[in-house]
Amino acid sequence: MTVTDSGVAGVVGTPMARREDPALLSGEARFVDDLVVPGALHVGLVRSPHANARIRSVDSSAALALPGVVAAFSGADLRDEWAQPLPCAWPVTEEMLNPAHLPVAIEHARYVGDAVAVVVAESAYVAEDAAAAVEVDYDVLPAVVDLEDAATDRALVHPDLSTNIAYTWELTPDPGAVERAFADATHTVSERYVQQRLIPEAMEPRGVCVVPQPFGDEYTVYSATQIPHILRVMLALSLGVAETRLRVIAPAVGGGFGSKLNVYAEELLCAALARRLHRPVRWTEDRTENAQATVQGRGQIQHIELAANGDGKIAAVRVRLLADMGAYLQLVTPGIPLLGAFIYHGAYDVPAYSFSCRGVFTTKTPTDAYRGAGRPEATYAIERAIDALARKVGVDPAEIRRRNFIAPDAFPYSSAPGLVFDSGNYEATMAKALELAGYGDLRVEQRARRAQGSSRLLGVGLSSYVEMCGLAPSRVLASLNYSAGGWESATVRILPTGKAQVVTGTSPHGQGHVTSWSMIVADKFGMSPDDVEVLHSDTAVSPHGMDTYGSRSLSVGGTAVFLAAGRVLDKARTIAAHQLEVAEEDLELAGGTFVVKGSPERSMALGTIAFEAFTAHNLPDGLEPTLEAGVTWDPPNFTFPFGTHVAVVEVDQETGRVDLVRYVAVDDCGEQVNPLIVEGQVHGGIVQGVAQALWEEAVYDNDGNLLTATLTDYLVPSAAEVPSLTVGRTITPSPTNPMGVKGVGETGTIAATPAVMNAVIDALAPFGVRDLDMPASPERVWDAIRGIDKEGRA
Amino acid sequence: MIPVAFDYQRVTSVDEALGLLATHGDEAKLLAGGHSLLPLMKLRLAVPAVLVDVGRLRDLSYVRDAGDHIAVGALTRHRDLETSELLASQVPILAHVAGLVGDPQVRHRGTIGGSLAHGDPASDLPAVVLALGGTLVARGRGGERTIPAQSFFEGFLQTALGPDELLTEIRVPKASGGWSYQKFNRRAQDWAIVGVAAVRNGATGVALVNMGSTPLRASATEAALASGATVGDAAAVAAEGTDPSGDLNASPDFRRHLATVLVRRALEEAAG
Amino acid sequence: MRVRLSVNGGSQEHEVEPRLLLVHYLREVVGLTGTNVGCDTSSCGACTVLMDGESVKSCTVLAVQADGTEVTTIEGMARDGVMHPIQEAFREHHALQCGYCTPGMVMAAASLLEEHRNPTEAEVREGLEGNLCRCTGYHNIVKAVLAAGSAREALV
Repeated sequence: MTVTDSGVAGVVGTPMARREDPALLSGEARFVDDLVVPGALHVGLVRSPHANARIRSVDSSAALALPGVVAAFSGADLRDEWAQPLPCAWPVTEEMLNPAHLPVAIEHARYVGDAVAVVVAESAYVAEDAAAAVEVDYDVLPAVVDLEDAATDRALVHPDLSTNIAYTWELTPDPGAVERAFADATHTVSERYVQQRLIPEAMEPRGVCVVPQPFGDEYTVYSATQIPHILRVMLALSLGVAETRLRVIAPAVGGGFGSKLNVYAEELLCAALARRLHRPVRWTEDRTENAQATVQGRGQIQHIELAANGDGKIAAVRVRLLADMGAYLQLVTPGIPLLGAFIYHGAYDVPAYSFSCRGVFTTKTPTDAYRGAGRPEATYAIERAIDALARKVGVDPAEIRRRNFIAPDAFPYSSAPGLVFDSGNYEATMAKALELAGYGDLRVEQRARRAQGSSRLLGVGLSSYVEMCGLAPSRVLASLNYSAGGWESATVRILPTGKAQVVTGTSPHGQGHVTSWSMIVADKFGMSPDDVEVLHSDTAVSPHGMDTYGSRSLSVGGTAVFLAAGRVLDKARTIAAHQLEVAEEDLELAGGTFVVKGSPERSMALGTIAFEAFTAHNLPDGLEPTLEAGVTWDPPNFTFPFGTHVAVVEVDQETGRVDLVRYVAVDDCGEQVNPLIVEGQVHGGIVQGVAQALWEEAVYDNDGNLLTATLTDYLVPSAAEVPSLTVGRTITPSPTNPMGVKGVGETGTIAATPAVMNAVIDALAPFGVRDLDMPASPERVWDAIRGIDKEGRA
Repeated sequence: MIPVAFDYQRVTSVDEALGLLATHGDEAKLLAGGHSLLPLMKLRLAVPAVLVDVGRLRDLSYVRDAGDHIAVGALTRHRDLETSELLASQVPILAHVAGLVGDPQVRHRGTIGGSLAHGDPASDLPAVVLALGGTLVARGRGGERTIPAQSFFEGFLQTALGPDELLTEIRVPKASGGWSYQKFNRRAQDWAIVGVAAVRNGATGVALVNMGSTPLRASATEAALASGATVGDAAAVAAEGTDPSGDLNASPDFRRHLATVLVRRALEEAAG
Repeated sequence: MRVRLSVNGGSQEHEVEPRLLLVHYLREVVGLTGTNVGCDTSSCGACTVLMDGESVKSCTVLAVQADGTEVTTIEGMARDGVMHPIQEAFREHHALQCGYCTPGMVMAAASLLEEHRNPTEAEVREGLEGNLCRCTGYHNIVKAVLAAGSAREALV
């Protein structure tokens, strides 16, 4: 494969080892907490131990008496620091309720972990002692924990709002068509699924360090963030500091998965304290704070209905959703369900569609983006529901999918909810996945085990997904009331010595952009990727960017790099033609050198042209010096990766233990720049998705205490819990961008959860089990086997 | 998360440790590998004023053939048990289960004495020592005494050790007959949700992990076996007399169920 | 309290507070920030270093407990500018993404390969049970450790 202009296969498409790795492997990479900042003060946060409480008083005297404590502040002490509350950038409706969310609560704490006071000390150890010494007197109020209960408004999270419903959002293009489809249906399916809350658990906890410049009221903000550019804008607005006085740097960032796609209280707080105390101020989260005060994911109750004809061909999908917002709306909290709202029909050709969602406040940690953000939830619902339909129709899960797939010749496909799917061949990925899994043999073995009465129950689950990523066309975002654009910028230069430089607005935190962007440019310029410098994640170096999330970086940011490199070549061609005294059309590019067609002895290498552009001694009239170009790419559409995953599980009938024994994924993310990185993204995504199905859940008790606040209680799997993965691919280029690429950062997570749950339910089919809440813990499975339902009834 | 400040005393002899325990009383905690204590201190759930570090008492790290039994020094690390050839031949269940404690890093630090003295009902090794019918040796200022494992575990994280006593040795009978350890958990590194140790050494000893406030013997099962019950019948009564707690991983009922399944599997494996 | 120990072959001597965790000693006193902290409950293994050649979680060891020991951190793995074979294998097999768990994972793997010369896949998976990674799904980590194990075996 190739994406080069010349049609000659280059470095793009090859599994090149990453350029980022040596620094990370040697311990030289610097994460925020690794930065040595002389004189920095350490922040300790006092967090509410109650889910809902009025703050009666804050007494910091004991904390201030400790040696090494510099200052202590209550929320009220800091009131004047904030020009605006913490931002929510996605008011999904005009009427949406958005209660003011201050970095440190003044009168009311609304979740366990809500900051209520802050201490500043000479060391992190003393800061922790001091935070523990602050006495806060609370008037404890009832927690609002259960999502369906919260939706009744029986008890209010924000009494001044008079309701817990933050918003209602609907998408029903043709209500009559949906009604008719259900009226005419031979088979209907009506399912209720619970998307448990998940904790993203990036391995690097969040960290912030704000260094004030001694003169000029300027601040350098180091943050473990996915979004340095967006953060800079939001810090300026929330702190009332000119954007030009803020420089935001995301150094090495240890994973995000959406949890670092946010603007956090601690970021505002460290900046405000640095401003107030004229000292560098830093804070590093511990794992319990990470569980309580970093956003969580999922948290939805889904009702999905399918209407189908006698053959199982789906005529309509109707979805009603409750989405747990938590106590406040963080940066994009309300919009997460909308990212799934358009794809609840999955990979299937469904003519009638209805979706509505209510966002509901609870006294829990705010939810927000977590890998896949809305799309895993949607995919789970349709992939579980279509299995339910297969059971009703009496056909194999593969067959029901085959009957409903959007056909390969239907692209570009206009979906009922209003999207245009770019390209796809869904059945091809399923056929390949079934073959790799040995699907037929698995069914034979399953029948044999059932016939023998084996207590090792075999289950096979499919998940055929399509997702929308490459966020996002700015005009589409406007129609969804999102407060920013979806473009990305890149500048590409060839430096005087012939090396290349890329400045990107994406902000990698594990995705390998340095490698991939340098491959794209190297491929264009006929040079080694090692000769391409990639600058990123520093607003002083890369002033324009929309950052990294939503599987957008390659298809949006990488496209900007690709196009900018093309423009550099155009300029180089103009200079070469001028100096070689030929027409531009008479030049051809080969291996980084422009050669006069038919006269191979007459040529100019890009490096030479770059030096000529640098000296500017002999350029065409009116042409600006230097060899560089900037492109800001606003994609015309989302991209739509797809694929089929097959999970094989064994369930121990006696103990309810589920073991994932085999996993096959066939994904199509369009053209691949670096297959090694693509596969890595797929692997990691799959295991996160499997983890939702089998292990992970943020559990709250009735008082709103998070019971899974450590990695002892929140079960992130290790290597010992998962098998090796079989990964295959098909390649269907996207017509949306010139490289034909889609996105792959979230596909694994989107696909894996329903594949595993379908497999578990398949294993339990002989016991009449049709549904099971996640995670499929041994006890839940045991209950299901012996016919105890979710409410404990036999 | 950082422990509250404390005084630290590293001792070079058992007597020195005992002296410090006598001086500081309840304020002091013994530190061996630290893998039970330090996490509690970091979460500020344990706040000792003095840590008495016995980790360098290397003369308490050994596995010895003592004729009719094997003697294990209290400060022998899990890793050393796991790799002990003497244990592998004489008490293989102890070597095997030491290799299942926590994860490799924990096994490089944690000690058998620390594990037993902590008295956590969810720990693996106490059940093994119970099933083996082991004996614990404690030293106090008044001298040494032996405590049968059966009467060592008194309550949740409470043992028969006095506040001024140090566990010095664990004695287990040679048991190279049939044995089994069934550890049921959701992640390899986690505590057992329920565990079962079974040892056939003349009579069959069966002990349970996480089935009550202490490590305990499956008395009903042992009695049933002694009176000639089948494995199935003996396993069916495994949860009798237990009082397991409920947590995120399992309700008391599920634990009782798991106990019967795992005891049956353990007995079958030990017999096989 | 005074501690004296060897870190990556060099001797270190400092006065420290008894509650100072080894990981913070290495990061803040010695200045080796390659060892990361990922949790507080010795669950994640990001802080894994070698103490007298064996993997330990340095967030659950007091600096004073390390007195007199030989500690090796990720910074001590490369020799003369050449990466350790395990580091090389991680790079070749794309066994890291964000890289935060990586130093601990590499140290755990080093200890594992000391104890199992040429481990099976199951032994590698079990042997890394104390190290969490959120990016890779472990597939390539396991591949890298297996490759490093068999490469070393081939040399013996």
